[in-house]
Amino acid sequence: MALPFPFSAIVGQDDMKLAFGIAAVDPSVGGVLVFGDRGTGKSTAVRALAALLPKISVVLGCVYNCDPGKPERHCEACQGLKAKGKLKSQTAPVPVVDLPLGATEDRVVGALNLERALSMGEKAFEPGLLARANRGFLYIDEANLLEDHLVDLLLDVAASGENVIEREGLSVRHPARFVLIGSGNPEEGELRPQLLDRFGLAVDVKTPTDIPTRIEVVKRREAFERDPEGFTKKWNAEERKLQRKILAAREALGAIVTPDAALESAARLCVALGTDGLRGELTLIRAARALACLEGDARVADAHLRRVAPFALSHRLRRNPLDDAGSTVRVERAVNELFAA
Amino acid sequence: MTRPREQDAAQEAAWAFASQAAALLALDPRLGGVALHAAAGPVRDAWMDLLRSLAPANAPFRRAPLSIGDERLLGGLDLPATLRAGRPVAQTGLMAEAHGGFLVMAMAERLATGTAARIASALDSGEVSAEREGLSLRAPARFGVVALDEGQGDDERPPAALLDRIAFHLDLNGIGHGCARQPFATTDDVAAARERLASVQVDEKAIEALVNVAARLGVESLRAISLALRAACATCALRGGETLEEEDIMCAARFVLAPRATIFPSSEPPPQEDQPDESESKDNEQDLQPPETPPDNNEPRDNQDQQDLTDLVLAAALAAIPPGLLAQLQAGRAVRIKSERGGKSGANAPAGKRGRPIGARQGQLREGRLGLVDTLRAAAPWQRIRRKGLEEEAARRVVVHSEDFRIKRFKQRRETSAIFVVDASGSSAMQRLAEVKGAIELLLVDCYARRDSVALVAFRGKTAEIVLPPTRSLARAKRVLAGLPGGGGTPIAAGIETALALADTVRRKGQTPLVVLMTDGRANVGRTGAPGRAQAFEDAMQAGRQIRAAGIATLAIDTAPAFGAAGTAPTAKLGEAMNARYIRLPYANAALVSQAVRAAAPTP
Repeated sequence: MALPFPFSAIVGQDDMKLAFGIAAVDPSVGGVLVFGDRGTGKSTAVRALAALLPKISVVLGCVYNCDPGKPERHCEACQGLKAKGKLKSQTAPVPVVDLPLGATEDRVVGALNLERALSMGEKAFEPGLLARANRGFLYIDEANLLEDHLVDLLLDVAASGENVIEREGLSVRHPARFVLIGSGNPEEGELRPQLLDRFGLAVDVKTPTDIPTRIEVVKRREAFERDPEGFTKKWNAEERKLQRKILAAREALGAIVTPDAALESAARLCVALGTDGLRGELTLIRAARALACLEGDARVADAHLRRVAPFALSHRLRRNPLDDAGSTVRVERAVNELFAA
Repeated sequence: MTRPREQDAAQEAAWAFASQAAALLALDPRLGGVALHAAAGPVRDAWMDLLRSLAPANAPFRRAPLSIGDERLLGGLDLPATLRAGRPVAQTGLMAEAHGGFLVMAMAERLATGTAARIASALDSGEVSAEREGLSLRAPARFGVVALDEGQGDDERPPAALLDRIAFHLDLNGIGHGCARQPFATTDDVAAARERLASVQVDEKAIEALVNVAARLGVESLRAISLALRAACATCALRGGETLEEEDIMCAARFVLAPRATIFPSSEPPPQEDQPDESESKDNEQDLQPPETPPDNNEPRDNQDQQDLTDLVLAAALAAIPPGLLAQLQAGRAVRIKSERGGKSGANAPAGKRGRPIGARQGQLREGRLGLVDTLRAAAPWQRIRRKGLEEEAARRVVVHSEDFRIKRFKQRRETSAIFVVDASGSSAMQRLAEVKGAIELLLVDCYARRDSVALVAFRGKTAEIVLPPTRSLARAKRVLAGLPGGGGTPIAAGIETALALADTVRRKGQTPLVVLMTDGRANVGRTGAPGRAQAFEDAMQAGRQIRAAGIATLAIDTAPAFGAAGTAPTAKLGEAMNARYIRLPYANAALVSQAVRAAAPTP
């Protein structure tokens, strides 16, 4: 596997990097959608994120990456092992699973094991991508080009955290908690609102237009391609620093104080924007908490809410086709009104 | 007699340019490939032969048909072999087979966005991964794409996602057969240069010059700049150099940046203030640069030198912009972003291969996807009989015959594509235009659920224009609509004819067109562009009858103030000629139009 481009070496795109950082600190924010121009490093950033995250402890040999420390979430096989006291653990990198275009449903959810079906005529379950993505990230490049029935499937599983297979005479269920990361280009078709809403955070990325930034992007890309190892080494210290920051933020997450004032601000903001349901508010608060942890603050303040509001809310607004302003602008307008008062 | 000679010289120059591109591409496949805009013919063949001769000796050339399925492109289960062996046997996809060589895409101008995205992903990652039919495949796939583009107009271009990733956009049309002889470099030259490539030194000046020139030409994509830089390195290696020189950068700009130009640079060479959309770029610089990379060696840069280099490279790029594109740029017309098939518009997806599964039926493998369980189920009762006479080893397998094959069936809704033909002339006052814009946006919002697309044809002055090719993207539609101008004559005939052509394209994609004509019916510009009410209206009626003949569902919306008895309004007559549903909406508003269109959409 080729070396990924270091996360900290990505020039600009602060919104995207911050959103990824938040998802890494608190996976319960529910995934990130990155939508934007061609050639802005969307895919690069996702792969870079994977390399950045610290390893996790998993049950040895478990296809679902079960956590040895959380028996209540174990798959059937691990439950069996646990009962017999034969559970062994090992560390593994956080799984980042690509959902390639053209993937068939059977490989996504898991299906009949072909080999055994064909050679022995026997029914056995072959886990799919959702199993591999458990406790990690599921990355969909060009999410807007995904087949409809796959989108429906992913929605179901992402919401329930469990994959239920009832097909080809099989009846299996297994844990599938993963963070959806989607990327795409709006010029090639929009994402359905139902899928849009399932992503906790949404970020718009744009090609940088100012010359110095563009020069820096090309320079680093060039340096990386010439000498991936050397380049990665050069950025190693920076990557480690970022990793420590994320780890520290994860530690701090349990102790962070969310004052009632912040909850009220979040609620007022959502009411002002007319977002549907409570998911927006929950995400907003969670993202603000993660951000506060990343910044080393002890309590959530208005500044945190202001920073994450566009990510957490802009994709949940009812689209008003006659309003020319983009939804991000509308969120910012509401934020300014609320916090100015 | 000088004329033909001049032409010859121009053609030879064009060929020299194209053959240099072939040499560079053969030299460094990381240039992504080439979009070859040319009719099928001896010149194109000559170019392909040239590329083949310059490429490494055993580089594979794999040709992919337009309708290539995922199982061939990405790889998948090899069914005959699987059944023979009694265990899953994978087949390699074309992209993996093309590793180290080239993937030739025939008729790339009609390539579906989905297929382009799959190829783009392989180009980006250098490998192809497939999760299909119970198999998980991963194979290296570094290849160059040769996109054979036989498109006729602006609307027929290979998908933008692909064009963005391939360095060369060549046009071989207009090169005579006789010119296509002299290769730019020999196979040995290229092989020697390939060795040198890795040691070519890149300096920051080159990067800065390319970034500046790209900005002046309105080239937004950063990939274009990276590709240009690679092209410069390849040029340098090919001429035997070790460090990038002016000529290499100029050459790269000619090849990579010129065909991507979207604006004509202002004649004055203003350094940076003049760039659009970058008011505070200088102030932002400090924020954007991470602290650990101070711009140390940039400081003592000789600004004048840099400016000279930029100008030089810009001049080279301008000289290489194709004449048609240049004229458009000079006229100040924003170049339309290449036509794109919106989303998975089903362009090349044969109906019945996707959608909701509705069971399986007996059939042959080439007809669709195998329903494995159904096939096994069909084979099961015969096992005992078929196993008779087989040896012990073979008898343990499930014996499947071709008559057992069950093909999955899918139900797919046919898409509707609503083509709005909008009167943007002076007589249909501007507020009408605003209403139509609103209606189209409303329809687009509906489109999420219904998977429909919307196109927009505007007619004004003397001609009609497709201002929005069929799309489902609200972002694109908004942008185009916002910039739609109004005023001028009323060439209804031209509008209808353009819509007819578009409807035909839509039909060939397997979608159902619905033409929505919105006008006050006061045609005053004929088909030839000449003014005159009577002739103009007669032309419009004739165009309308063509629509009727083609059997396209049509809705005529009369935006003129109500007058006279029913059926006497010009739009009503037009509607009759087109066999359209006629709706009089003198006070059309967006919601009403949207409702009317929804009601008129042909039910599949």
